[in-house]
Amino acid sequence: MTTLAYTLSDSRVMLRRNLKHQLRYPSMTVMLIGLPIVLLLLFVYVFGGQLGAGLGAQEGRGAYLDYVVPGLLLITTASVVQGTSIMVAMDMTGGIIDRFRTMAIARASVLTGHVLGSVIQTLAAMAILIGVAFGLGFHSSAGPLDWLAAIGILALFAFALIWLAVAFGLAAKSVETASNTPMVLLLLLFLSSGFVSTATMPTGLRQFAEYQPFSPVADTVRGLFSGAAIGDHAIAAVAWSIGIAVVSYLWAIRLYNRRRAAEPN
Amino acid sequence: MTSVSAAMGIAARNVRKSFSDHVALDNVSLAVQEGTILALLGPNGAGKTTMVRILSTLIPADSGSMRVAGHDVVTDPDGVRAVIGVTGQFSAVDNLLTGAENLQLMADLRHLGREAGRRRVAQLLEQFDLADAAHKLLSTYSGGMRRRLDLAMTLVDQPRVIFLDEPTTGLDPRSRRTMWQIIRDLAAAGVTILLTTQYLDEADQLADRIAVLDQGRIVAEGTPAELKSRISGGHVQLHFADPDELHSAAELLPAAGPDQDQLALRFPADGTVDSLRDLLNELHEARIVVERLSIHTPDLDDVFFGVTGSHVSA
Repeated sequence: MTTLAYTLSDSRVMLRRNLKHQLRYPSMTVMLIGLPIVLLLLFVYVFGGQLGAGLGAQEGRGAYLDYVVPGLLLITTASVVQGTSIMVAMDMTGGIIDRFRTMAIARASVLTGHVLGSVIQTLAAMAILIGVAFGLGFHSSAGPLDWLAAIGILALFAFALIWLAVAFGLAAKSVETASNTPMVLLLLLFLSSGFVSTATMPTGLRQFAEYQPFSPVADTVRGLFSGAAIGDHAIAAVAWSIGIAVVSYLWAIRLYNRRRAAEPN
Repeated sequence: MTSVSAAMGIAARNVRKSFSDHVALDNVSLAVQEGTILALLGPNGAGKTTMVRILSTLIPADSGSMRVAGHDVVTDPDGVRAVIGVTGQFSAVDNLLTGAENLQLMADLRHLGREAGRRRVAQLLEQFDLADAAHKLLSTYSGGMRRRLDLAMTLVDQPRVIFLDEPTTGLDPRSRRTMWQIIRDLAAAGVTILLTTQYLDEADQLADRIAVLDQGRIVAEGTPAELKSRISGGHVQLHFADPDELHSAAELLPAAGPDQDQLALRFPADGTVDSLRDLLNELHEARIVVERLSIHTPDLDDVFFGVTGSHVSA
């Protein structure tokens, strides 16, 4: 086998390990997938009446459901990456990582296993959320190509945040820290166009909200679902995703190679 | 002086390693011939684990030359990784998988191939007495089972050199015996083994040679017999009810060292029943009443006292 074949084989083995972990640790998997659904119900049935009244052209709870689904798809991503961060930190603080390091395996395959596993988990969680949304009366004018584009944008963005979460997990000294750091992403998401239009925010906050990564992704997906104009949002979404992915990947690899190098006994 | 040559299972010369202001290893040289067991004996913090971590490519040394099964640790770490197995102090098992899945994971990462991998997993489960628990999650495993699985995972690809970092620490006596037998069988099969331990009896039981490590330096090296000949040996501690009895006993046994505070007498003895019987008969005939006695076999502290003249600092 060539080096590339070994790398692929090792990554596949690590992916299988990661998927098994998701099944063996169901409480976490269910929590990560369940939280966005609970929030969907909360946003639509508790906040939706009032928030829907300020939407403009089409008003009401149903219109707000259509509006908020992209935001909740991003919540799904933020939720799953919290699990990624925890799983990576569990690996790094356990003894097994040293075993992997003393074996002649593709160096980064431990991390790629986590990343691929989390991408699959995110897509599954999003599919469940969209299913529930349709059950609640979600309506979309998107054609097959629009759906593909929306899935592509969301998957790319999730891929970027997952690498970021891997870096968080590597940087954390304990599993507890690793589970807290990704909360920043959730906060950032609330300060975006995910749940309400940025036009309703005060100036300073609005500018912040418009120029942070979650907003262009939410706007692009919303445009694809509703048929509204997308403009530069798609380019911004892709650019943010690639930028975050590259920086996070480099950071994660650096942390991974350096980790434990200076630890006495 | 040890020479770094390819015929050696492990050969390390002048290995140095510091962590910020603390010197963990100070010019350590080791040589382990193929198919033999070297025990690295020392107290906590002596640098045993650091040595294992360096030789198994986990951390770099500051300087020194090291070869494992002929592969240079610095320039060919992947060559080293392909032929070694490491079982650390902390169990390196995947807690969310079953025993069989843990072994299968190793077989897959060693690229054994589907059929060969499956055969090897089944064989190891049988050999390490884990077949019944093969499909149970590790949360149901006892400490001894985890340690056996840990070692079995190390052996999936039949490594030529094995590092065992305190393989029996925390095990009950029975599991400890089982582990010892496994280690002996491995050496008999031609595997080179470097094991670290805090227990003299473990090193004595298993090793062909023992290297004593103290504060980052090798302070003694030799066969177990050579080392033991340098130990002052065991002793019997006699406790008395009052100072007069202690005084009479001290007069009777001039070789013994009295301890007035403890009302105790330390008498050198090799721990055999005969020597003990002679001692007790002598005391009995002199009508000296001994309240109680304790037998002290040589341990790590005696080795340290024997070779360094000072007791274990930790």
